Amino acid sequence: MPDLLLDVKGLETTFKTPDGIVHAVNGVSFGLKEGETLGVVGESGCGKSVTMLSVLGLIPSPPGKVKEGTAHFFGRDLLKMTSAEIRQIRGAQIGMVFQDPMTSLNPVLTIGRQLEEPLVVHLGMTRAQARNRAAELLAMVGIPNAKDRLSDYPHQFSGGMRQRVMISMALACSPQLLIADEPTTALDVTIQAQITDLVKRLRSELGMAIIWITHDLGVVAGFAQRVIVMYGGFIIEDSIVNELYVNPTHPYTIGLLGSLPRVDASGHETLTSIEGSPPLLYEKPTHCPFAPRCKWAMERCWKENPPLETVAPDHRVACWVDVKTGRAR
Amino acid sequence: MTTYIIRRLLWLIPVLLTVSAVTFVVMRSAPGGPWDTDAERRQVDAATAKSLAAYYGLDKPMWRQFYAYVIGDTNSQTKEWVCGVICGNLGPSYRQRGRTVQDILFAPPEGKTFWQSRFGYSIRLGVLALSMAIFIGIPLGIIAALRQNTLVDYTALFIATSGISVPSFVLAIFLIIIFASRLHWIDIVVDDWTQFKYWLMPMAVLGFGTLAFTARLTRSSMLEVMRQDYVRTARAKGLAERVVIFIHMLKNALIPVITILGPALAGLVTGSFIIETMFSFPGMGRAYVQAIGQRDYSMIMGTTLIYAMLVAVANLSVDIIYVFIDPRIRLGE
Repeated sequence: MPDLLLDVKGLETTFKTPDGIVHAVNGVSFGLKEGETLGVVGESGCGKSVTMLSVLGLIPSPPGKVKEGTAHFFGRDLLKMTSAEIRQIRGAQIGMVFQDPMTSLNPVLTIGRQLEEPLVVHLGMTRAQARNRAAELLAMVGIPNAKDRLSDYPHQFSGGMRQRVMISMALACSPQLLIADEPTTALDVTIQAQITDLVKRLRSELGMAIIWITHDLGVVAGFAQRVIVMYGGFIIEDSIVNELYVNPTHPYTIGLLGSLPRVDASGHETLTSIEGSPPLLYEKPTHCPFAPRCKWAMERCWKENPPLETVAPDHRVACWVDVKTGRAR
Repeated sequence: MTTYIIRRLLWLIPVLLTVSAVTFVVMRSAPGGPWDTDAERRQVDAATAKSLAAYYGLDKPMWRQFYAYVIGDTNSQTKEWVCGVICGNLGPSYRQRGRTVQDILFAPPEGKTFWQSRFGYSIRLGVLALSMAIFIGIPLGIIAALRQNTLVDYTALFIATSGISVPSFVLAIFLIIIFASRLHWIDIVVDDWTQFKYWLMPMAVLGFGTLAFTARLTRSSMLEVMRQDYVRTARAKGLAERVVIFIHMLKNALIPVITILGPALAGLVTGSFIIETMFSFPGMGRAYVQAIGQRDYSMIMGTTLIYAMLVAVANLSVDIIYVFIDPRIRLGE
């Protein structure tokens, strides 16, 4: 499909640790259209962040290594670019917002200085031009007295404010793609809502595509057009958003949805949890990575790792079991 | 900030008072006195010793002597009021007749500049050693961190570890044996300290420990900073690696390094006693060691106070530099 903005195929990333090689991402493929919003969901440590960092070449190497795969952005493979070439993309055409706004800004540089950097580097602005634009950007993300606050340092901003700064920094050069790596996880609930609303507003104003990584399916529901669910470094379900919530098919997705409180719940439904914790994969699994925690697991699940198969239009899932009947698909 | 600096300087008074009291007590508890000489040499007879003690006021009670040293006292013969340390008078030396302590330490020899005084010599050596530690140690640490687990890193670590573990007096002797006794590049006993080449060895020996410590600290601090989220943010913005290292990492990594520079200067000061003695360097440190051997009480007190002041001022400077490098630090709040 040539109309894809970002087309990732067969991405594999490993980390060398003292205990062995961890297979963090195991052959992940997904695509993203221009202006589309993709939610990436999964527990901590399931490979969501590593996937996106791999695409941008931001994996600390060593110990990390992108072993295989391609990631075409506007038809050019990001993974094959030289470091100078990918620097032209980072911050300019792909902006990134990270999880923890408290540590993601440099404590010894002013907000203004940090905001001006991408403007000077990518757009060739002079310091003075960049300063004016930086003030506009701060105002755009809803920071009052933007101009005066440019000379402030990060510690003079609250967590929510800092995340706004991060967002304005990621969008400084009007990128076609914004990757937001759990941007609201470290914030309290009211601020979370403000930040999601802000990104929604900016999306309608600027029209960029968004990859929104989170472990909260609730946040994604009202926001993304498509959701992929990751587990153990694999994509295990990939669906347009309505279909996923109406018809979740993978046991893990069902588990995740079961752990969400619902406004439309009748009476006293208890929230369910998924027993156990996600695996650290020292070897590439030959069976379904979720099998050890799956209550539907059959013999075949322990022998073969299921591939992604289409179960409905725009809905693919990697599971041997048809959960509705409890039998093999 | 001015208020803060003034307050810190005022704090110097009790600090120096305590330092002088402790030094006074320890010094006087040590056996011997200023009039003792080697057993082979002509002895000072009891009557002379007594009149000397009376002349310098050493026959008075201890508290009175301390008071006389700090505040002042009337001279026993001329009946004139002589002001003490508070007026900047460090007292007469007991062993170098006719010279005061401040004269010995700060006055240059006839026709020379201030930098040729004992104090001037020591300051120059100290500044050289500290600069060597900073301008070699910090880059060494940075390079080691950027090339972690490579040959460059291991070499830097080896230098750093040996610098920390080899005592300076051992290193001094090694260097003297190699460069003076064997290779004859320099003289063992130097009498012309105007030539820079003679400064290299005492400088290297004095600064090596600090250099090593600085390099190690810079390396670990850089490694710490390299993992920080804001470095990833900087890379995600598409900044060149050079900018990431020098703008985003270095300023953060240097904060702990600057913290230790105050204590490092104190280390250089104490190191200088040994190094100056070993190289017969005409500085304050050697004068101090000699004074201790000779029980030249006023020299010991005076030199100690000057060293204490140096260390205090160094620490204050570090605290002030802090404000400029780390915006999260505010002084005096």
